[in-house]
Order: sequence, then C-alpha cells, then structure tokens
Amino acid sequence: MFDLSGKAALVTGASGGIGGAIARALHGQGATVTLSGTRAEALEQLKASLGERTHVVAARMDDAADIDRLAKEAEAAMGKLDILVNNAGITRDNISMRMKDEEWDKVLQVNLTGTFRLTRAAMRGMMKRRFGRVINITSIVGVTGNPGQANYAAAKAGLIGMSKSLAQELASRGITVNCVAPGFIATPMTDGLTDDQKKGILGRVPADRLGTPDEIAAGVVYLASDEAAYVTGQTLHINGGMAMI
Amino acid sequence: MSDIAERVKKIVVEHLGVEVAQVKEDAKFIDDLGADSLDTVELVMAFEEEFGIEIPDDAAEKIQTVGDAIGFIKSNAKS
Repeated sequence: MFDLSGKAALVTGASGGIGGAIARALHGQGATVTLSGTRAEALEQLKASLGERTHVVAARMDDAADIDRLAKEAEAAMGKLDILVNNAGITRDNISMRMKDEEWDKVLQVNLTGTFRLTRAAMRGMMKRRFGRVINITSIVGVTGNPGQANYAAAKAGLIGMSKSLAQELASRGITVNCVAPGFIATPMTDGLTDDQKKGILGRVPADRLGTPDEIAAGVVYLASDEAAYVTGQTLHINGGMAMI
Repeated sequence: MSDIAERVKKIVVEHLGVEVAQVKEDAKFIDDLGADSLDTVELVMAFEEEFGIEIPDDAAEKIQTVGDAIGFIKSNAKS
C-alpha cells in the first residue's frame, strides 16, 4: 500500500524540519522528489542524503515570477508533477495591538498567496494527465486560533478554505486537494521553547508528548497515494489529541 | 485554412463527447454543448497545443462558440 513509484513530487519548505521529513518519506515510497526552499545549501545536503530521484529548485514564495519558474523547472526536471506539497511557511508573531502591516502582509503573502500561486501553476499539467495530489500543510492554529499569531492563523485558516474550493473545482479531473494540520511538532522551531513553555503546551496534549516530523510525513504519504483517491477537501489533524475537530 | 475548422471541431467532439452534427459554428460551448467552466479551460489548453499558439485569458473569455474559436485561431495561428 501507498506505493509512490513512478510519481513525481514537489515539496516546498523542504529545508525545514517537517518539509525534510515529508520529502524523505515520499522518496522512501518510491517517488521522484524536487526539493524547494530558500536555503539552497540545506536543500543540496538533503539531496545528497536521499541520492537518486532527487532534484533541487530553490525559490522564494513571496515572488510571483519565482513561483512560476519553480513550477516550470520542477516539471522540466521530473517530466511531470503529480504530487504538490505546499509546506513552505513563515511566522512573524506579535500580539495584534502591536502587529505591523508588514508582519501581517508577509505571512499572508508567503503562506497563503504563494501557495495559491504555486498550486495554480501546477494545475494545468495535473488536469491534462487527469491525476494530481495537492497537499497543503496548514496548522492546528488555523482552526483553533492562537494569541500572538493572528496573521499565521488567518493564513492557515485561509489554506483550509482555499483547499475546499479547489477540491470542488478539480475533483472531476482526478485531482484531490487536502490539508494536513500538525499540532505541536518537535522541530528546530519548537527547540527554542523553554522547558516551562513546553510543559504548558504538553498540558494541552493528551498524548503527553510533542509529535515528530515523521508522523506528519506519514499523513502526507497517505493523502498522496492512489489509495486516497476518494479523499478530497479534507483536513487531517495530527496533533496527539490536542484538538478534536 | 478550412482544415483549421475541422481540427477545432474534432477537438470539441473528442473533449466534450458530443456528436459532430452538434458542433455547428454558432454552437455555444456551455449552453449548447454541455461544457462546464473547467471544460472551457481545457478546450483552450487543447487548442493552444494543437495550433502552437498562446491564447491569453482575456481572449479566452471571449471564445464562447465554436465559431469564436475558429475565428481566433485563424487570425493567430502560425501555420
């Protein structure tokens, strides 16, 4: 089950903790993978550790021309694009009273607008081939909200609404569009938290531990598979029971 | 140039699964031939490929009938 041999996948934000695990998991199931992100060196390192069936196309998700180039180069490198994992995302946390327009705009631009642009660019080929898997990495805070993250939560909630709309537009063409919503996952981003902060978070997680990037990647592999053909417009929450929606 | 009309009609027949007789020049893709909005996008993509042309979005919006498509392609096709 969940064999991805012969499939071509593009993962954005692949230099990050979760993105790297997703790329590794898709590759492990047999897919050819294009790694994208802003840190070319980290992408090349991941490419070297994965070996064959791996390409790198660095790109900025806040630059419309760069996004179009990414879609074109990924398709050219792999010959097609079957699976698009929109994982790239940034945070600019601040309480709303102090949040600057730039902080709001930047997060919306990268996390939501960039994802829409890349998905639109990838759609054409998927429609032609009557097959596609779009998996958007949203977040639990897109559903529950989180103080200090009005911008991030709005972008992540936006991804869910966008995915449901695209799912309805594209279902008849064999293209599914779904979200994966991680809870608190152990990554370099959460390493920065103090022990007290971690304790506070875990008090809200019935599983009583942080999740791992591999546990997120497993959800992505499922949604990317042929077996998940009848699942579309959904959000898969992987959060140790932190929110049950 | 008449073969442009034939090629356009062939694409429409294949894509929308309609009878050749239905594909008249004044037939509207959506109202008469049962296309949905995604079908019209795909038809434009198919025309672009068949004739090696670019059909910009604002031009594509104006292509509502089989005749519109033939007309646009005749005045823009390279071959």
